[in-house]
Amino acid sequence: MFNFKSYAKAGSIQEAIQLLEQNPEAHLIAGGTDMLVKLHKGKAQFDHLIDIHDIAELNFITKNNDGDIVIGPLSCFAHVAESALIRKHIPVLSEAILTIGGPQVRNMATIGGNLCNGVPSADSATPLVALNAVVTIEGEDGPRQMPLESFFVGPSRVALKQHEILTAITVTHDNYADYYGHFHKYAMRGAMDISTIGCSAVCKIEDGTLQDLRLAFGVAAPVPIRCKETEAKVRGRKITSELLTDIAKAVTADVRPRTSWRAAKEFRLQIITTLARRVVEQAILNAGGTIQ
Amino acid sequence: MNRMITCTVNGKKKELSVDVRQSLLEVLREQLGLLSVKQGCAVGECGACTVLLDDVPIDACLYLAVWADGRSIRSVEGESRNDKLSRVQQAFVDEGAVQCGICTPGFVMAATSFVEKHKHQKVSRYDIRRGLAGNLCRCTGYETIVTAVQKNLDDDDQ
Repeated sequence: MFNFKSYAKAGSIQEAIQLLEQNPEAHLIAGGTDMLVKLHKGKAQFDHLIDIHDIAELNFITKNNDGDIVIGPLSCFAHVAESALIRKHIPVLSEAILTIGGPQVRNMATIGGNLCNGVPSADSATPLVALNAVVTIEGEDGPRQMPLESFFVGPSRVALKQHEILTAITVTHDNYADYYGHFHKYAMRGAMDISTIGCSAVCKIEDGTLQDLRLAFGVAAPVPIRCKETEAKVRGRKITSELLTDIAKAVTADVRPRTSWRAAKEFRLQIITTLARRVVEQAILNAGGTIQ
Repeated sequence: MNRMITCTVNGKKKELSVDVRQSLLEVLREQLGLLSVKQGCAVGECGACTVLLDDVPIDACLYLAVWADGRSIRSVEGESRNDKLSRVQQAFVDEGAVQCGICTPGFVMAATSFVEKHKHQKVSRYDIRRGLAGNLCRCTGYETIVTAVQKNLDDDDQ
């Protein structure tokens, strides 16, 4: 039996916010695949739970009238990865999600839970950061929006206040239309593993030039990050193998990997430079480009 | 901290009083005596506790029992019909896909869901391995398990 002290079930977003206000020590539980592991290990900071598992209004995947893709945070990974909308418009997210855990975990774990845990290895984070995803947060002061990139404020820390809940993840039409992407996860095993390094690239090409590149890494810094300096340097350049070499060199200035028991900093840097080249190349090929 | 839930377990409607702190695994084993549902790692890595929830495989160790309210659960105990093993179970026997047996019920349920989902589709051994990636077996080396699933899918008579 899990050892928590109080439990309240929320049936709606408003109810979840009210319950959070009533109990400042409470944590939300959604899919449970991280929270219940922590509880199994006896972490006392999760003594008070607010159960949002069955809030139907947070479980959806739609395209709105503006053509934006909106994902409800309680959508489980399997539903997101297999969604016809996601596979058609932002397949890089499906690719990334299918590397997470195994089928059972993907049937239980939610995309919102993955983002709200705020760990640097969250595999759903890098494709969404590369797609300039925006998160909608609701709390007692009403809804607010922010770029997902700034939602991550530190290891296991996100920009949610105690009374707030993530209610939507949006990729706007201009951020995915004409963009093509690729994701690669480097890990020790082919499944059921945590990223040593995760990399997502999305790009737009035209007449043999790289019109735009957005490159994101997981586990390359305390939070999932974008390689903004690299992106600025290569925008508008001809697609050549020198370009790919320059990208691989430039990313080292954008990242801040560290040594952990999983991998040494030097090893992670090696993976980062290799993946920068390979993942951008594949994204360009997916966009119909050729490397001169 | 008890709540009443109603769910269907292996085709039979059950009304259960469950503690909100209990996992589905605990309720299935301790209240309903479904001992095929094994606790292996208890952290969602080994798949020994795999059951089908509305025909989708989940790890019962990381699933609160209260979440099963209104849903349907299948475990190995409900897979045979009139003393006849299901096709997936029989394929595991025929291929010798079992050694010590502790992972077997979880594998059978994950394989059952995979076969139901991919009926009449062309799948590779790699696809099967990915479909069973949430289950660990320390004895067989997986080859016989993958073969059992493959033979099941190749069999048109289903």
